[in-house]
Amino acid sequence: MTRETSLVTTQWVEEHAHDDNVVLIEVDEDTTAYDKGHIAGAIKLDWTTDLQDQVRRDFVNKRQFEELLSERGVANDDTVVLYGGNNNWFAAYAYWYFTLYGHADVKLMDGGRKKWELDSRPLTDEVPSREKTSYTATEQDRSIRAFRDDTVAAIGTQNLIDVRSPDEYAGRLLAPAHLPQEQAQRAGHVPTSLNVPWSKNCNDDGTFKSDEDLKALYAEVGIDDSKDTIALCRIGERSSLTWFVLKELLGHQNVKNYDGSWTEYGSLVGVPIALGDEPGTAEDA
Amino acid sequence: MCGATQGGLSLDGIDVAKEAVVQGQVLRDGEPVASAYVRLLDRTGEFTAEVPTSATGHFRFFAGNGEWTLRTLAPKADPVDRKVHAQVGEVAEVSISV
Repeated sequence: MTRETSLVTTQWVEEHAHDDNVVLIEVDEDTTAYDKGHIAGAIKLDWTTDLQDQVRRDFVNKRQFEELLSERGVANDDTVVLYGGNNNWFAAYAYWYFTLYGHADVKLMDGGRKKWELDSRPLTDEVPSREKTSYTATEQDRSIRAFRDDTVAAIGTQNLIDVRSPDEYAGRLLAPAHLPQEQAQRAGHVPTSLNVPWSKNCNDDGTFKSDEDLKALYAEVGIDDSKDTIALCRIGERSSLTWFVLKELLGHQNVKNYDGSWTEYGSLVGVPIALGDEPGTAEDA
Repeated sequence: MCGATQGGLSLDGIDVAKEAVVQGQVLRDGEPVASAYVRLLDRTGEFTAEVPTSATGHFRFFAGNGEWTLRTLAPKADPVDRKVHAQVGEVAEVSISV
């Protein structure tokens, strides 16, 4: 994957949103954002109800994903273009899902909903109707998904990239600052994880920085290209964005997203935690 | 009296004693801007959070103790930076003109 195959501009979307094989999908943290206005022709996926199992903590499984996309009228050979608020956090999360379940052609709209709005492009409240399809997903591609044991095993041996804000990484905040802070679990970070806030990947308008700038960013923090990488955040959506940058834009081979992230890791009994701004060492672990 | 300013966001349901709230409204020529984005930057200028403004131009963050910067982006306007001090148990109200 490259920037050319995995990203489209807001201008491209305005020109191609109504092409026959293009499905525009909005995915937002604020699941009501779509209802207040969206890009003409776009359908909505709700990350809390559509993409999560409603009983246990896990994604929708292969069958549930197939049922969801069939019901929403997405076909296997469609070009899926995802966009959303929060600089595409949840759109990147959905991109990772589509990749996990083997969708062939999926793209992000660079800059997401914010860039579209700052461009003063139009929004509508008209909800399109799409014919049902018969969608077939592949088995989950586990090569892009990390679990808690992978993360513990990666301490001191792999690249661990914690993409939360510096205050969350250090343990001074427990959640992004637009959310209430009360949480049950411990604060801090996985020892030896490097803090590269997701926001360093993006310009203020939400678009991704150039490949050169992104390469320099990860070189500067000392990412080891010869090692596998696990990205994590609080619930796995911001780290999807960093996964997208490392895997799809920069072409790193073995990059996994740890979707359990800090809300799982910080609640585990007995695992090592580092506090403060420094990564900490494997010896402390 | 909690001292909420006129037109400020309701704090119903929020345990203000445990939060360092930073909130306010984005205005253009005195009118609320519903399509703006407000970013919260920490003391080093690093991005911490971002919210779109509501239909009435309002925004809110749950910060920590200390100095923060609010950077506001709106269509057809230059970004506006405003410094704000947050403190657990207090509500910092900020009015921003673009």
